Amino acid sequence: MDFVVSQILTGLSLSSILLLVALGLAIIYGVTGVINLAHGEFVMLGAYCAWLLQSQFGWSLLASLAVIFLLVAALGWLIEIAVIRHLYDRPLDTILATWGLGVMTQQIVRLTAGGELRYVQMPPALSGSVDILGATDSAYRLFVLAVALGLFMLTWGIYRYTSFGLKLRAITQNRAIASSFGINSARAYRLTFAYGAGIAGLAGALISPLKSVSPEMGTTYVVDAFMVVVLGGVQSLVGTLASSAVLGETSGLIAYYSNDTIAKALVLVAIVIIIRFRPQGLFAPRVRA
Amino acid sequence: MNKNRREFLKVGAAAGAASLVGFPHIWSKNSSLAFAQGGEIKVGVLFSLTGTTAIIEESLNKATLMAIEEINANGGINGLKITPVVEDPASDPATFAEKARKLVLSDRCVSVFGSYTSASRKAVLPVFEKQENLFWYPTLYEGRECSKNVIYTGAVPNQQQDDFIPWLVEKFGKRWYLIGSNYIYPKEENNYCKKLLEGLGAEVIAEEYVPLGHSEFSSVINKFRSEKPNVIFSTVVGDSVVALHRQYRAAGLDPATMPMASLTTSENEVAAMGGDAAAGHFTSAPYFMVFDSPENQRFVEAYRSRWGGDKVTHFVSESSYFQIHLFKQAVAKLAASDISPLAIREAVKSEEYKAPQGLVKVEPENLHCWLRPKIGQCKADGQFEILTQSADWLEPNPYSAYPNQKCTAEGLKEV
Repeated sequence: MDFVVSQILTGLSLSSILLLVALGLAIIYGVTGVINLAHGEFVMLGAYCAWLLQSQFGWSLLASLAVIFLLVAALGWLIEIAVIRHLYDRPLDTILATWGLGVMTQQIVRLTAGGELRYVQMPPALSGSVDILGATDSAYRLFVLAVALGLFMLTWGIYRYTSFGLKLRAITQNRAIASSFGINSARAYRLTFAYGAGIAGLAGALISPLKSVSPEMGTTYVVDAFMVVVLGGVQSLVGTLASSAVLGETSGLIAYYSNDTIAKALVLVAIVIIIRFRPQGLFAPRVRA
Repeated sequence: MNKNRREFLKVGAAAGAASLVGFPHIWSKNSSLAFAQGGEIKVGVLFSLTGTTAIIEESLNKATLMAIEEINANGGINGLKITPVVEDPASDPATFAEKARKLVLSDRCVSVFGSYTSASRKAVLPVFEKQENLFWYPTLYEGRECSKNVIYTGAVPNQQQDDFIPWLVEKFGKRWYLIGSNYIYPKEENNYCKKLLEGLGAEVIAEEYVPLGHSEFSSVINKFRSEKPNVIFSTVVGDSVVALHRQYRAAGLDPATMPMASLTTSENEVAAMGGDAAAGHFTSAPYFMVFDSPENQRFVEAYRSRWGGDKVTHFVSESSYFQIHLFKQAVAKLAASDISPLAIREAVKSEEYKAPQGLVKVEPENLHCWLRPKIGQCKADGQFEILTQSADWLEPNPYSAYPNQKCTAEGLKEV
């Protein structure tokens, strides 16, 4: 029994990290159609903000989360104004531009913060472990899980139940017609990009106590995030949730029975097979069909 | 068309004439070009200053340059100044080979000091063997190499494990979990570890490799929990080691009953993961920053005043430092006109130097070094506490996991 529980918890923890990292990407990709290769760098910047606030100003991680969200969102806002908005409807160019931005961000961080690996102190209140149904799990991992789910609900709520979300859905279906009905689509895009960037920054800050913080850390996360989004189906938030759950549980389970190398390989093979037969992903939006 | 052809011929003839004049000139210049010229002797310094391993290689570069500056400030070697030619191979094995070729062929360096990963060492090896030059490699590595053109000043498996493994078995128990990054170094270290464990009657309950750069260890930690090993023998490297330690601690596992034993976790890695995550775990190495010797005190003080008070020294930066002094002693035995890579190799054989870790010596048979292994336990302040050290220096045996092979001065021998 406790084995099953601990295995499910491990999978959920993996899923929550995937969800955190993929959520921002899914929003940006789903709404604006921008393939943001600099997404991993937003994650990295979030982690560095957490490190900076902690090591320079002594802020605890929990206290700095809101500030980190705002900082990285503001950066996303500026990048949208300076670069991205000139490139909508030019997918190839956005790929190149965001990739270039990613490389520049990495090097700027390396030049200013240094190339050393950094770490962020876990909040003391969450550094213990808790017993759940006979299994032991890290309190911090459960906290990350809760935050990931909370952020998902919040995002879904905004998308589903606010007038801004309604406008977003209209723009997603047809930008030109939505604009002709008086929706300020440029502003909506900008807000979306900033929000997605902010969520990525939060993801980076939240995972920083568990992983190492380095200028290159974003590269692995952007790959994971794309896997989640592609498998879940573009423009489907529920798909993002489901596919991160599936990917997390599967790779956790395979890694337990064999090892992480095999798990990584098998999961990728499975994704290739799935998108071969279901290119639109597991949860395709009905409106486009 | 016709005109072009004529011009082509003209240019060709001119080039031919130039080369006729040119070649003898180059030849005569070459034959008189000794390695020590104009009161200086050039050496290559080949550590990545950019890219993924720059984090650690930068510190090796610093220790190397500091040793060269020290020697030059004390009058050089028999009046000759050492001139370092620093190249940045950018953590890329192909670039390593290219820069090594440049240092050997165009800069005519008499020796090159450099590289951290085994991949980069393997990449530069052909250059030094073909050009009969000399490469100095400061890093601990997996052994199983027998080159006549490399001086190895880092530890090989037997030097780090011979004392360490029995000590851990006695102190903690016989159920061992081997976890490593998926490449040659962890596999060779584990080969030797398994051999030692077998001799001690201990049991390997799992041997597992994670991809390089892997940062999610929750499944691995679940296995630690369910298997309950006495010792976790970790050869996980790079940023993975930080993730492993931090997640081990977050999961609430206890180093007092299930410690991780490592051959690669130095002060440098501990600084990256935080002392709280490293505290209680063990490392075996020839050198720790806290080691109490006048040589080490001098080394640490000089390093910090040269490069910054917050910097740490560790067992690879220490060997980067002392190998320059071995180089100096070897060159000092030679007349200026005799200085050449192979003459230095012969001169450095059996050479001894009082390094920060204690007296070390170059083994004439296999060009590895006799070192002084120590066992350290990490404390929350990021430094190690040295618990034991080997009674005497330990002989290097790069083929310790392969008893039928031996590295000798004539090359690898089957015995």
